[in-house]
Amino acid sequence: MSQTITIQPITRIEGHASIGITLDDSGNVADARLSYMSLRGFEKFIEGKPAEEVPRIVSRICGICPWMHHLASNKAVDGCFGVTPTPAGSKLRELMQTIAHAEDKLLHFFFLAAADFVIGPTADYAVRNVIGIAQANPELATQVVKTRQMAKMMLDKFSRKTIHPVAGVVGGFAKPLLEEERKEMLDKMQQILDFALFTIDFAKKGVFPQYLEAIQTLGVIKTGFIGTIDAQGALNLYDGKLRIMKADGSYTDFAAKDYANYIGEHVEPYSYGKYPYARFWNEGFSMDLEQPKGIYRANTLARINVADKMATPRAQAELEEFRSLFGRPAQATLLYHYARLIEEVYACERAIEILKDPEITDPNVRAKVEPKAGRGVGCVEAPRGTLIHDYTTDSNGLIAHANLIVGTTHNLGPMNMSVNQAARTLIKDGHVDEGILNQIEMAVRAYDP
Amino acid sequence: MTVKVASDWLNSCSGCEISIVDMGERLLDVLKVAQFVHLPALMDHKYFGQRGTGKHIEIPEADVGILSGGLRNQEHVEVAEAFRKSCKIIIALGTCATHGGIPTLANSFSNEEIKQRYYATETTDAPGAFPSEGLPPLLDSVMALDEKIAVDIYLPGCPPHPDHVFAALVALVEGRSPVLPDKSVCDTCPTRREGKGQLKSVQRFLKAPEYGAPGEPLDKMRCLLEQGYMCMGPVTRAGCGGDGIVPRCVSARVPCRGCYGPVRPEGNQRLDMLNALASNGIDIATLPESISMLRFSGAHGLLRPAHK
Repeated sequence: MSQTITIQPITRIEGHASIGITLDDSGNVADARLSYMSLRGFEKFIEGKPAEEVPRIVSRICGICPWMHHLASNKAVDGCFGVTPTPAGSKLRELMQTIAHAEDKLLHFFFLAAADFVIGPTADYAVRNVIGIAQANPELATQVVKTRQMAKMMLDKFSRKTIHPVAGVVGGFAKPLLEEERKEMLDKMQQILDFALFTIDFAKKGVFPQYLEAIQTLGVIKTGFIGTIDAQGALNLYDGKLRIMKADGSYTDFAAKDYANYIGEHVEPYSYGKYPYARFWNEGFSMDLEQPKGIYRANTLARINVADKMATPRAQAELEEFRSLFGRPAQATLLYHYARLIEEVYACERAIEILKDPEITDPNVRAKVEPKAGRGVGCVEAPRGTLIHDYTTDSNGLIAHANLIVGTTHNLGPMNMSVNQAARTLIKDGHVDEGILNQIEMAVRAYDP
Repeated sequence: MTVKVASDWLNSCSGCEISIVDMGERLLDVLKVAQFVHLPALMDHKYFGQRGTGKHIEIPEADVGILSGGLRNQEHVEVAEAFRKSCKIIIALGTCATHGGIPTLANSFSNEEIKQRYYATETTDAPGAFPSEGLPPLLDSVMALDEKIAVDIYLPGCPPHPDHVFAALVALVEGRSPVLPDKSVCDTCPTRREGKGQLKSVQRFLKAPEYGAPGEPLDKMRCLLEQGYMCMGPVTRAGCGGDGIVPRCVSARVPCRGCYGPVRPEGNQRLDMLNALASNGIDIATLPESISMLRFSGAHGLLRPAHK
């Protein structure tokens, strides 16, 4: 008899999704899919609002990456009003975004993902979590909590509000950085870099080697990738051009403002969330496991795949080691975790670079602006992927029209495929247990955030 | 003693949960006295049983149920009702849960208008029909928690300050009700007020206010409203600065937008603000729009689609 399994909510991810698995009469997977359950309608309800207010509204799309929405939105409003932020304003924005990345990756790796590896993928759910880790390894847990808190409180102390920030403003930043604040942040950032280097070492020696087989098999699919690169082809989180790479490694670069010529969004009847795909490949959209069409992935693994190199030395050394093991582009889904830790090193190094830039304490943080009609596309790399805010304003500077492509959504198709692949590989002849269902969820967790 | 806690996020962004994590090392202390039985952000308890074969949403019995986010769809209502059944005390965590929050801006539009736009942007391949297969239907409007279930403790804020989340949890462990700020943001704002404004209009936040040298303390800066910037401080509940008191946005040299909701729980931030402006001689017709004044508290029927 056929059977339906509903994994809901998908846990230890940031957001609302469920997995539905249908088994056929012999207990094998007939269908497995991921549904994205949330529809809030930001594109519509920011219409008519003063554009300069919107960076303080759209931050609520995500409480984990509010800096990303806040800054992509500010960049879009800069475009609408035709203003270029002052150099210090722009650098302070990037500093905040980069530290937010550094904080988020620690949160994800230790609080959300690590339990599957450190406690074990089939362990009892009551202990397979960060609370279990805290009990099993209190010293490491304390160190993680302290370091992550240090990063978070740097953002909080300087910007005054870091969950749903307000300090990014059209034309730049709301307040300048003082020299004593700069020194204090630099000192803390060095400590966080040390912890990032410890973490990647810990993972390479103590975690990943035990899961080599899972890495080669779980949720593995073959797709293209998207990410942002600077003029030298190095990974950049704050600004640059976009690159979409095919599974064979060939790629196309384009300006973020032209995104609509390259990306389309497909709609499935069972998910409120839309499925972005590479429309310009002219092959349509299909999540078929053998022959996917239009499918590319975003987020950490995608960014390090599309980048020719990393712009900072330690991260570059890590990338070289990674590529010597897994090639370019690397396809194994669980490698997102490895790539995340390489990006963590980059984010720390980059924040230190910015803090050493003499211009960072320039008090001229905000350019003069006038509201007017215009269009602006703001793009940054959010932890979960390329984030695009595209606004058009009327003559009074109110939002007339908005289109958003949110980082998470790029991976909805790929996550669906990874879930499908994992379910088909792991569930055989009616044998299914909690450990198997958690491993299917691990295929989703890799993409998050 | 150990307190059993169940927690979930509904029509939310996870900012409230991150604020809990931002308690930092205090979180480790909380974990010593709180036993979580359901917490999707961090642990793997499922609605439909661990094997995914149940037919109804099941939430384990708990002393305290913490819910963030408002109600947007039918499933949010089912989860909220299951929480009410299983938990002795329900905490509405964050302004979405207490007053609907930013997502209630959607209440100015019909669901049809929202979907029309979302599924017809320039990058979207037009679908034959809007998605619905196995999806929870949307409610007619975004609601606060207490529009569907009884709430015992209200902890507003977008997000609530970690100090208050911690204080509330400690109070519950000790078996008493938490004491939270009940003044207005203005009452706790140290900026300098001269009170002799000649303002006829308030301006949009398009340039930096005057605040002297970069490191000048906040009490040297003149009140942003008196400087002519729209600031929601007078009609917004205090607390965003936590135990440090000082309002967060104002200390970033940015005006308040009202994220803790109205000062009195049943207040109307838009009406109260328009009254405050008008009674100070400001011509409210010069405002670009006023719906944004309810951006955090549009539930309870305050924001509705415009009649056409």
